[in-house]
Amino acid sequence: MPPKVIPIFAPQAAQTSGCGAKGGSGKSSCGSSAAPGDMSPEVWAKVKDHPCYSEQAHHHFARMHIAVAPACNIQCNYCNRKYDCANESRPGVVSEKLTPEMAAKKVLAVAAEIPQLSVVGIAGPGDALANPQKTFHTFNLIQQAAPDIKLCLSTNGLALPDHVQAIADLNVDHVTITINMLDPEVGELIYPWIFYNHKRWTGRDAAKILTERQMLGLEMLTAKGILVKVNSVMIPGVNDRHLAEVNKAVKSRGAFLHNIMPLISDPAHGTHYGLTGQRGPAPQELKALQDSCEGGMNLMRHCRQCRADAVGLLGEDRGAEFTSDKIAAMDIAYDPKPRQAYRSYVERERRDQEAARASELAAMAGQAGGDKVLVAVTTKGGSRINEHFGHASEFQIYELSGAGAKFVGHRKVEHYCQGGWGEEEILEDVTAAIKDCAAVFVSRIGLCPRKDLAAAGIEAVDAYAHEYIESSLIAWFRQRLEKDQPVAATAA
Amino acid sequence: MPYKIVSEECTNCAACETECPNDAINEKKSMFRIDGALCSECIGYFDEPQCIAVCPIPDCIVIDEKLPRYAA
Ligand code: SF4
Ligand code: SF4
Repeated sequence: MPPKVIPIFAPQAAQTSGCGAKGGSGKSSCGSSAAPGDMSPEVWAKVKDHPCYSEQAHHHFARMHIAVAPACNIQCNYCNRKYDCANESRPGVVSEKLTPEMAAKKVLAVAAEIPQLSVVGIAGPGDALANPQKTFHTFNLIQQAAPDIKLCLSTNGLALPDHVQAIADLNVDHVTITINMLDPEVGELIYPWIFYNHKRWTGRDAAKILTERQMLGLEMLTAKGILVKVNSVMIPGVNDRHLAEVNKAVKSRGAFLHNIMPLISDPAHGTHYGLTGQRGPAPQELKALQDSCEGGMNLMRHCRQCRADAVGLLGEDRGAEFTSDKIAAMDIAYDPKPRQAYRSYVERERRDQEAARASELAAMAGQAGGDKVLVAVTTKGGSRINEHFGHASEFQIYELSGAGAKFVGHRKVEHYCQGGWGEEEILEDVTAAIKDCAAVFVSRIGLCPRKDLAAAGIEAVDAYAHEYIESSLIAWFRQRLEKDQPVAATAA
Repeated sequence: MPYKIVSEECTNCAACETECPNDAINEKKSMFRIDGALCSECIGYFDEPQCIAVCPIPDCIVIDEKLPRYAA
């Protein structure tokens, strides 16, 4: 069981301040539409509450996947749809199939319980568009029942061109397409077959059709102003060198975000890759590829590769609280007010955080030179350093430089606090997971782990407990620079 | 007539159900079954049996030896 996120919901803070609020960068802008960086206000308005599309939003908002689409129209070597193991947490896997009616009720139940909920997506466990009736019927029901919830879907793209109009009609404004290759010679190593036009296609023919359909679908969506995220699975020795080309192709067709994910490969999953010993990439390999693709396009680094029925903030899954039996017994009314209040609260928090970040950054101006350092943060959400070291199931990694604090990824670990047994081994794993970091920021940490971390050259910092992540990191970095201490580790 | 679903193999993904031109496949009590009286082996519709072409599991849909082959 993942640790529960304690909602940092403060209703009294939910007063909307109107236009005229100062945007963080000092530019005067209209509160809620203040778009960070170079994002246009229209795009920011679409992504700011979507945890999967905005690194910023994933600190605050929750998403929910509903598993109403069991069928698939292609076979991938990294997927095995046969087993459903409750211990697994990866895409394509789901514990319980839902009818569209049950799914809509589940959405209402979750929305009533989790005010952070902003997005409902259909991502499988098969392909959302290989089950068009179920997918669109479900979306219709949700839209009627809870109109303030945004809809999104994920697809392999094969059936996409046939459904672009239906997607636009339902106001789905985010679509994710998984694109792993353009070159059929690479494609035949990833896709054993596809089912298209009443025929099973194999080899390069299959890959060629799939690519044509994916590119056509991508172009049709962006022409309609629908935001498209492209997911790519990085498979070392198969498509790792090829993904930079994929990145260019999807960028030129207007994709908004490219999410390069590591292959998850384990013989126990029974996938072709798992059984044949195809390895996944090391975190450093993944980061190197992501770095080489950056520029001119947003690259997503906060993906947690959730299950097809995941519920909650990214990185947590509260699905077990919302099984069919439990939902059937619930009596739920639609009430958007707590979510509206929560969204206003987040708007205010964001302005505060941005202001704090900007003032720390200004204070540091010119001091950093070329120095760069990686640090790890434990958080329960809300962009705050608010998790006990021992309770952390993942670390968020930031790169600190003269440009500020940049989120570069996350590393999963086992909880260190397990109640006595095996703690030494787990602490070793934790230390290994963040060994390239100079410091780890926590809300609290015990004396022993602090010493062990120090021995590994990692400073444990609890001086910023419960404060904002980015401004704290910059403040810490600035103080280090002022002391002119050489940084312990440099960014790879 | 002749195809059947090996229920131990079937994942209940329902992919075959929507592809069958004869509506021969149905889910009953979370089990997918082919109605032997309706299955035409896709003869007259498509070059290959649609259910087999779309099914993700090898050897999940097989000839039902107990029934005679379909004759158009
Ligand atoms: S072979 Fe064709 S007609 Fe027979 S069950 Fe399969 S899809 Fe239906
Ligand atoms: S396609 Fe195959 S696995 Fe899916 S329901 Fe039909 S027989 Fe079962």
